[in-house]
Amino acid sequence: MIQLQEISKIYEMGNDKVYALDHASMEIGQGEFVSISGPSGSGKSTMMNIIGCLDTADEGNYVLDGISIENYSERELAKLRNKKIGFIFQNFNLLPRLTAEENVELPLIYQRVSVQERKRRVREALGQVGLLERMGHCPAQLSGGQQQRVAIARALVTKPSLFLADEPTGNLDSKTGREIMGLFHTLHEAGNTIVLITHDNQIAKEAERTIHIRDGKVREENHRREEQDRGEGTW
Amino acid sequence: MVIQTGKMAWSAVCANKMRTFLTMLGIIIGVAALIILVSIADGAGNSVSSQISQMGSNYLSVQISDNKENPLKLTEFMALFAEDEFAQTSPIGRTSVTGKSGYTDSSVNIYGTSGGYFDIMGMELYAGRTLKRTDLENCSYVIVISYDTAVEMFGRADVAGESLSLDGKSFLVIGVLSEDSASFSSTMMVRNGDDSSETVVLEGYIPYSTLSKLADNVLEIKQFYVSSADESSMDFAERKLQEILLARFENDEDAFSIQNQSEVLEAMEGVNDTMSMMLGGIAAISLVVGGIGIMNIMLVSVTERTKEIGIRKAIGAGKGSIMLQFLLEAVIVSLSGCVTGILFSFITLKVIGNVMESAMSVSMNIRVALLSVIFSGLIGIVFGLYPANKAANKKPIDALRYSG
Repeated sequence: MIQLQEISKIYEMGNDKVYALDHASMEIGQGEFVSISGPSGSGKSTMMNIIGCLDTADEGNYVLDGISIENYSERELAKLRNKKIGFIFQNFNLLPRLTAEENVELPLIYQRVSVQERKRRVREALGQVGLLERMGHCPAQLSGGQQQRVAIARALVTKPSLFLADEPTGNLDSKTGREIMGLFHTLHEAGNTIVLITHDNQIAKEAERTIHIRDGKVREENHRREEQDRGEGTW
Repeated sequence: MVIQTGKMAWSAVCANKMRTFLTMLGIIIGVAALIILVSIADGAGNSVSSQISQMGSNYLSVQISDNKENPLKLTEFMALFAEDEFAQTSPIGRTSVTGKSGYTDSSVNIYGTSGGYFDIMGMELYAGRTLKRTDLENCSYVIVISYDTAVEMFGRADVAGESLSLDGKSFLVIGVLSEDSASFSSTMMVRNGDDSSETVVLEGYIPYSTLSKLADNVLEIKQFYVSSADESSMDFAERKLQEILLARFENDEDAFSIQNQSEVLEAMEGVNDTMSMMLGGIAAISLVVGGIGIMNIMLVSVTERTKEIGIRKAIGAGKGSIMLQFLLEAVIVSLSGCVTGILFSFITLKVIGNVMESAMSVSMNIRVALLSVIFSGLIGIVFGLYPANKAANKKPIDALRYSG
């Protein structure tokens, strides 16, 4: 599903070259629920940007769903993001002037889906996150948890190959956070591939597998199943 | 896609009504200034042109400045222009006398001319007849007076057959001109006056031969009018006239001048067009300034909405979609401004038209209105292009990271 081969991202600070990612390699399979964790400054955000096709690597090869995105133009990347990736951000990133319904509809507009089809799929997605009755509300009228649900609905409305969540519970209280994590588990059980980026080890442990990043390098991979065998892994 | 993007742009425009309105104001004022100024210039020009053409546009006006010691007298004049090329020829001389009827006396402008004059000038009779050839030959004491003169001197219009005393000599009123057949100069004076009844110019037309007898200063023909059969034969008539006059005045081109009325009209219209162009140009500058206002606000808007652009790009909006959205916003603002400006100028012109009443017909110049729509659209595109491009070229990660 996802293959990163020797990916490097280099920032130039004056004369120094700083490796945000230093020949990092990883592989994520179809239907996996993987968390990428690491302290701030470790390079996990850069990793997310590259996985999410928001940014391109300076070195190495990235294959998403069998497509090597090397030499992709910005336009093609936008199309790829639209079709293959569902983003969920820490601060929800909903458009404040649009209603929940319109926010969820947005990626479908960019996909040029017909009006009827859009309406149907938006209802379906909002139904999945349990927000059908609030679809006419603006983000400001919704609680943090509800906003994140709208964001998840926006991500899943395009039926993407990959859900990419960046600290999805970071701005939520622990109860709401658990609810949101529950939604991710439901999505995972439905066969979706989920990549969760977090600095919170507790949240990271929710995933089947955790990839730790430190100083731009992939340090270790923990498999939840193994941990579960040892009687750990729930919070 | 375009419709959806248009809806998004529209909602963005509506989201900040006060700001949008202030941005639009530049365009509104520009468009209104353009349409109002050009329409008024057109109206003024048209009313002058129509007054000129009302007097007939198929005649030539000749001024003789140098008689070569051989003054042109009426008999010679009549012999000279007896040919068929000219539909009418008519000398004109002018003097001012005191007219008296009953207890009313007043200064009257008297024109000495022939019957052809009324045809050339397109004057129509209200009652009676105009001057005849026999009137000129006999130096008859007959007069055709204008409608206003009849009303002023006699208190009524139907006065054919009455007599009018001019400088003590009794003239028979043979005709009264219709109300709207006033000459150009009198019309202007009446219209410019504060109170038309006070400034009425009294006019009468008597045979040229009679005038020569009456007035000391009218001894020779210094000015006359020639009309051609129709406008198409004007050039031919002008050439023929030139020939005759050159022969008469020792081949001296400077002894006389021929003025073609349609040339005057053309010149007048040329002046009008230049005037409209100039006013339009000045107004267009304010439109451009309005466009700069749009660009300014769009740039602010792009910076303010960096995050929005980031979100849109993350969920799959391409460069083109973002560009289109911001470009449409600029065009919507400029076109709404344009439509508002057109409405505003329409109302203003209606008010001006009512105030000016018959003096000048002011109506909206549709061509200029259409032009302003096109121009505003172009301004929206041109001044929206740079901000839209700036928005479209934002990198998604930078835009997402932006917190403002």
